[in-house]
Amino acid sequence: MHKEAAIREPLILGKKTYHDITVDVCRVVEDRAPKMWYVLFTIACIIGLYGIGCILYLIGTGIGTWGLNKTIGWAWDITNFVWWVGIGHAGTLISAVLLLFKQRWRMAINRSAEAMTIFAVFMAGMFPMIHMGRIWMAYWVFPIPNQFGSLWVNFNSPLLWDVFAISTYLSVSVVFWYIGLIPDFATLRDRVKKPIAKKMYSILSFGWSGRAKHWNRFELVSLVLAGLATPLVFSVHSIVSMDFATSLVPGWHSTIFPPYFVAGAVFSGFAMVQTLLLIMRKAMRLEAYITRQHVGYMNIVIIVTGGIVAVAYATEYFMGWYSGVQYESYTYMSYGSATGRYYWAFWALILCNIAIPGLLWFKKIRTSFVWAWLISIVINIGMWFERFDIIVLCLHHDYLPSSWIMFYPSAIDIGVFLGTIGLFSVFFLLFTRYFPVLALNEVKSIMKVSGEYYKNLPDDHHDEAHGSDNNNSNNH
Amino acid sequence: MADKVIYAMYDDDDVLKNGAKKLVAKGIKVAEVFSPFPIHGIDPIIGVKQTRLGIMAFIYGLTGTVLATIAIRYMMIADWPMNIGGKPNGSYIENILAFIPVTFEFTVLCSAHGLAITYFLRNQTLPGMPAQNPDPRTTDDKFVMELRLSQNSQFTEEQLHSMLKETGIIELDQKEIK
Repeated sequence: MHKEAAIREPLILGKKTYHDITVDVCRVVEDRAPKMWYVLFTIACIIGLYGIGCILYLIGTGIGTWGLNKTIGWAWDITNFVWWVGIGHAGTLISAVLLLFKQRWRMAINRSAEAMTIFAVFMAGMFPMIHMGRIWMAYWVFPIPNQFGSLWVNFNSPLLWDVFAISTYLSVSVVFWYIGLIPDFATLRDRVKKPIAKKMYSILSFGWSGRAKHWNRFELVSLVLAGLATPLVFSVHSIVSMDFATSLVPGWHSTIFPPYFVAGAVFSGFAMVQTLLLIMRKAMRLEAYITRQHVGYMNIVIIVTGGIVAVAYATEYFMGWYSGVQYESYTYMSYGSATGRYYWAFWALILCNIAIPGLLWFKKIRTSFVWAWLISIVINIGMWFERFDIIVLCLHHDYLPSSWIMFYPSAIDIGVFLGTIGLFSVFFLLFTRYFPVLALNEVKSIMKVSGEYYKNLPDDHHDEAHGSDNNNSNNH
Repeated sequence: MADKVIYAMYDDDDVLKNGAKKLVAKGIKVAEVFSPFPIHGIDPIIGVKQTRLGIMAFIYGLTGTVLATIAIRYMMIADWPMNIGGKPNGSYIENILAFIPVTFEFTVLCSAHGLAITYFLRNQTLPGMPAQNPDPRTTDDKFVMELRLSQNSQFTEEQLHSMLKETGIIELDQKEIK
């Protein structure tokens, strides 16, 4: 058994037994959903359906329904794409990178963070598809032998790298997530009473029985997938940034984009994890598992990645000015932007991504649930503005002053964006209702090491205490 | 061949591990252990070998790298050389930097999915397979050790029972299988 320093604070609070963990997590699935869930689900469905309506209208009419113009050919579509992909980085980071670093605090949050990742990448993947205009030709992005021009796709292009990166990331994340879910589905299968639910969980759990050899393979597969997912997660957002960095647009053509985008992605992903989890822990009574300490750790990651992002902004601003190139004085990080017609977007970025998250340096604030939640929302907004600034501000003043123009989103722009938030919420709400939201098997495996009750027991009393606990819990 | 299976249930992973150690020392063969989470250190005791899936992951990854390299070389260099902006592709080696991202992604894709598929097939866990754990509580908080009479023919049933009872079990069950 691993030992943990006594000075480390426990990750599981209270006197929990293995059975308590099962009950706490499965209760949500077994009980009737609270009214609030139905209310939120209905709202999310309505917004999501409105979004689908907007997308269908867009596909039927063409992307002229967006507010794009001759100068600004990319705007909210790619802003939203990058925003969602960025959000979709936290889950894999938490479950893969923190697994490699043997951070036990990941275990209470990795399942839901990864679910969030997958749903966010779904939403992200939709934008490049719909911004093609003719979505029925979307399969042209794949290198298939063809008669429509007898050309292959261009493997030199970052846009094609994106196709491979996003599809690999999505499918590998789903596999990684699902392999972890199987033993927990088995727990649900063995607990639920209703025949339909039993049948469903029995199919979902693939007949998992928890044999020693299977666990042996399970642990290796998790480790290898984590090892594969770690470089993958860094590659994905690097490649997304190269969509911009390999172009010749001032402000985009920048070598610091890959590391800066990855840091920004982690920054926004952790913010979204907190936005969702801080509500989930209250609503599902998971306070013993997702603790103040977890929030503190997540906020430290936010401080570090937010710091990297802030340094990147400063570098961009300085280098743009220092280069003396006049076109650089209208990029998203420049004096021209700070004082120009898009000054509000510039300052929203500075305020939401640097100034307000700076409060997290105070321990009182970063370990406060309310503050952490509020700041996480501000960061979500700030990171949306970052992408909006990079895309629209760099484009709106191009080389010809006669074509300088502002971008105004159309109702369809707004509807599609809101719609993805609605659909994302629909998926996440369904997840919280029907899936084990905590990685049961992983949390159980750290209970003796990091559980508050066990940690504080003298060494020779472990077995004794556990035996008596179970006698009590058998009465449930 | 008819055989008898003994299921000994524990309520603590460490008790089971210590029990297994004692039983194995006496020459008993433990056929299987069912647990709700991985019990670290149980594998060498009951003679479960370290899985070789890691090697397979590497082979699948290598396959992906090779396939991607061949495909990209064929498409971009051999079949239809592209000249974009006056910059021809030339040879594969001259262009290799631009081909690294897709090659890498395809390597990861093949490795991860190959590994996952092999894992499911080797475990024989696939959608719709029946569960084989002897007691539904083994996915909750109980741990079951399985002994087979035929693998422990030097002991009688009663001897096995009494030795199991010394290891701190909470329940004992026996079943005939064909």
